[in-house]
Amino acid sequence: MTRARLQARLWYWQRISAMVLALAVLIHLVIIVVAVRGGLTAAEILGRTRGSWAVGGFYLAFVVACAVHAPIGLANVVEETLGWRGARVVWLAGVFALLLLGAGLLAVWGVVGAPS
Amino acid sequence: MTHELEVSIWRGKAAGNFVRYEVPRLQSQTVLDVVTHIQRQLAPDLSYRFACRVGMCGSCAMTVNGVARWTCRTHVAKVASHGVLEIAPLSNLPVIKDLVTDMSGFFDKWARAKGQFRGSASRHEAFAAVGPGSARRRAVDAGIECIGCAVCYASCDVVSWRPDYLGPAALNRAWTLVNDERDVARDERLAAVSGDAGCHACHTHASCTERCPKGLSPTAGIAGLKRTIARDPGPQRP
Repeated sequence: MTRARLQARLWYWQRISAMVLALAVLIHLVIIVVAVRGGLTAAEILGRTRGSWAVGGFYLAFVVACAVHAPIGLANVVEETLGWRGARVVWLAGVFALLLLGAGLLAVWGVVGAPS
Repeated sequence: MTHELEVSIWRGKAAGNFVRYEVPRLQSQTVLDVVTHIQRQLAPDLSYRFACRVGMCGSCAMTVNGVARWTCRTHVAKVASHGVLEIAPLSNLPVIKDLVTDMSGFFDKWARAKGQFRGSASRHEAFAAVGPGSARRRAVDAGIECIGCAVCYASCDVVSWRPDYLGPAALNRAWTLVNDERDVARDERLAAVSGDAGCHACHTHASCTERCPKGLSPTAGIAGLKRTIARDPGPQRP
């Protein structure tokens, strides 16, 4: 894949993931409002979210969209502010994507999957 | 209206300094009039460019009080309400001397963006009939009046961050040719304007659109290129 081809695809994926994130943030705000009804303690909130496939599926999509969107943006910022180019930018973005994905999946597991 | 203008002009090359001159304030005075007065009356060795003086040739653009402008059509009253002018060469271009920049890189990027029309018809064939109301023709009309002044290029942050970025003017030119029904180099051109040196690097800040003295919107053209590349992949294209 040529560099131009890769950049065009990354731009496209960032645009698509931005659309997903715009919707996900709105749904996330609604979930916050709903989830805190009937008690604000962690145990009470987790009692309502654990075992919910809907919440788990939604936050999984949210985490994946973040892991796609943010590293592409970070790569652009690094290229434009630090002047980095080439493989080290790809590596940086890749590692950042894995970190986001790992941390995000752990958080999703904590909210919907982990036993109390 | 003040009687004298305090004018600071960049003297030197990349290294240099602003030199202050006092210029009589006149009615309907343009910034180019001010620079011309300084060169003819006060500093004969001052270098600057101009040709038509009526906003057609695109050669007199400079940075006026921090903003890239065409100086022949910029009235002093519009930009120097307190009688103070600071005039510098355009940003993002190497300075040759004083207010003159080396624009070869700017125009080389037009060539890299495949900014040349390439048709297939010979002079023996009839003129192509392009409907003036068609969507593609309207897209061409929206961007075709570019005079190549480089105001957009000097105003573009992405150009300063990515020196290989083609810039708004070259991409605007490419967009007009992508919409030219007679042109046969569409795929090649779309491949040339893709990637992080091309349209995908644009952050849509729209400084180019805000500053374009002709009121064009390179931002819209660049968005059009992105859409076209995403929707209509070709053999040589991403």
